[in-house]
Amino acid sequence: MTTFDGADVDELHAEEHDDEQDEDDLEVAIVPAELVAQSLPEYFHAWVARLRSGDSGLLPVLVGLLLIGIIFQGLNSEFLSAGNLVNLLVQGSVFMLLAMAEVWVLLLGEIDLSAGFVGGVSGVIMAELLTEKHGGWEWWAAVAVALAVAALIGAFQGTLITRIGLPSFVVTLAGLLGFEGVMLLILGNGGTLPIQDNVINDFANGNLTVAASWIVVALVVVAYALYSWMRDGRRRSHGLVAPPASVTALKILGVAVTGAVIGMICTTNRGVLVPIRGVPWVVLIVLGVLVIWTVLLGRTRFGRYVYAIGGNAEAARRAGVRLARVRTMCFALCSFTAGMAGIIYASRLRSVSTNLDGGTLVLYAVAAAVIGGTSLFGGRGRMVHAVVGGLVIAAIDNGMSLQGFSAASKFIVTAIVLLVAVSIDSLARRGTKA
Amino acid sequence: MTATEAAPDTAPAGSGPLLELRGLEKRFGPVRALRGVNLEVPAAQVTALVGDNGAGKSVLIRTVSGIHAPDGGEILWEGQTQRIRTPREASALGIETVYQDLALADNLDIVQNMFLGRERTRFRLLDEENMERAAGETLATLGVTTVRSVRQPVASLSGGQRQAVAIAKAVLWNSRLVIMDEPTAALGVAQTRMVLELARRLTDHGLGVLIISHNLNDIFEVADRIAVLYLGRLVTQGPIAQYDRETVVDYITSGRSDRARPSPSPASPSPAPERDAKESA
Repeated sequence: MTTFDGADVDELHAEEHDDEQDEDDLEVAIVPAELVAQSLPEYFHAWVARLRSGDSGLLPVLVGLLLIGIIFQGLNSEFLSAGNLVNLLVQGSVFMLLAMAEVWVLLLGEIDLSAGFVGGVSGVIMAELLTEKHGGWEWWAAVAVALAVAALIGAFQGTLITRIGLPSFVVTLAGLLGFEGVMLLILGNGGTLPIQDNVINDFANGNLTVAASWIVVALVVVAYALYSWMRDGRRRSHGLVAPPASVTALKILGVAVTGAVIGMICTTNRGVLVPIRGVPWVVLIVLGVLVIWTVLLGRTRFGRYVYAIGGNAEAARRAGVRLARVRTMCFALCSFTAGMAGIIYASRLRSVSTNLDGGTLVLYAVAAAVIGGTSLFGGRGRMVHAVVGGLVIAAIDNGMSLQGFSAASKFIVTAIVLLVAVSIDSLARRGTKA
Repeated sequence: MTATEAAPDTAPAGSGPLLELRGLEKRFGPVRALRGVNLEVPAAQVTALVGDNGAGKSVLIRTVSGIHAPDGGEILWEGQTQRIRTPREASALGIETVYQDLALADNLDIVQNMFLGRERTRFRLLDEENMERAAGETLATLGVTTVRSVRQPVASLSGGQRQAVAIAKAVLWNSRLVIMDEPTAALGVAQTRMVLELARRLTDHGLGVLIISHNLNDIFEVADRIAVLYLGRLVTQGPIAQYDRETVVDYITSGRSDRARPSPSPASPSPAPERDAKESA
């Protein structure tokens, strides 16, 4: 049982006189800072205690991202240029989407190895439907069909896993092999199919106008601010502890500054011959998926059951949760999100081809989710982990490409970063649990 | 259905026992796990169910909580014969069981665990504020004050606090009878005391409590009534004041005692349990 006695100060004072100071610190540490602090300094103190207890959240990976930025900027001053940063976001979008797909199943303690090629199949179906040969579908219809097929694939794999009780590793390993085959079959061996549809090519290659970019940034910041204030107000009106107003204000300020910086980077001219400026469409797509999936996971019964199953499936079963249905749904959502990643991938290349390496992509995606802080053993992780982890992977890839490193050294460095991230997480947690 | 209604003041209806078992039988193949068990569990009292390993304690609570179907006999709930076929049906009557493993998800916090499977929603989104307040109120009603925040993950709680959360989860749902399976088995001295006080506090609010325990110290500290199972038969039951430790040990180990003669309660089959079992079979 993973309890630790620090939580039980009142009772243990009588019996254990040593380490009282530590116990107090730890007790503060396990409660989210915003729920115990009444003022800014108190909040900061609680937050530091929480960090020391090993519950570091996103901090290590953000520090890691900062380090990567400093190192690559030191090696090549191009790295932090507006053009490269935007490029990096666009390159990372496929990793981020695939990693968000994996979060759905990682939270259950499962894995989906087929996600890369399910995305591939999705992209190929979309591209085929767009061709004159198949009647030249509207872009939205082609996308809808491609995503529906992806979701069905996930539901099928999920059904095999949950109803028959096969291990997800094996079922999706079969999917990894099988769906590469399906992709080749649809496309014909060695083929490349260009995409002519401008809307679809704009998913990954188009940008908002400068004015629209700023409007979007402003809307996002205002929405976040409203949400924060209303949530705090609702908590207070229920007589619950809410974070100090100063903390909320600081967080809103942080989001506003981040939005402004991203807006400035994206609206700087990054074109060489013709001016190119504006927030890429794909950034909005990733943000939209992140927000919707975060709400589904964090604010609905379904999401709560996903965490409960990952933490203690038996407890969830006794609470009346329909395990098979929730699990199957997670595999369907995973494949659905993978389908989006496949479409974005196709859009970025303006074509689909048999060269897609879905095996490497899916392993990168799992690595991204884990680097971001999602547990492989289920029950712990958030969608934002996938996005930040995807950013790390993309930054390494991009930075090393700028330096002209080979694919070999990119793989090795990514491997080391993955190991370091998992080790930091594991060591930090070992400190907290007896 | 708020927690404030759920926990306190659900006074027992009528004067009969809350739960009554009459000639309850359960067989697993050739094994007769329960042989004509007659047991009364009154409201607003702690009833202790004791017996050696294999005496049938677990089978009995599993039958009452809808996991096993009885092979014979009757279950009366507030005087009415009931068929309890699933744990859901037991819950619907107001019977909640806290199993030894507690069934808590370590990665979820106290509120999330207490409302697992019965989350409150508002516009299809979880109503966290409502649930957090209700969970806090229920814990306060039960006098569980050692947890710092109801937003603590359960992984960070001590054994006694986990037990308290599991019990609070059970009483959150208008329950009338809380069955606890070995609630103090893994706990230290101070935590055991806390859990026993919690059991007493449930009876203050009018709930019936049925505790299974091996620990006679705990039982004599907390129970109002005691019932002893011996090889599937209920050999004696009555107010705990009529028993002492040696007598109870005799009943547990040999199914009878020459030391004392508790004035038998109407349902007590203690003088001739074998005959009783045959009658109801």
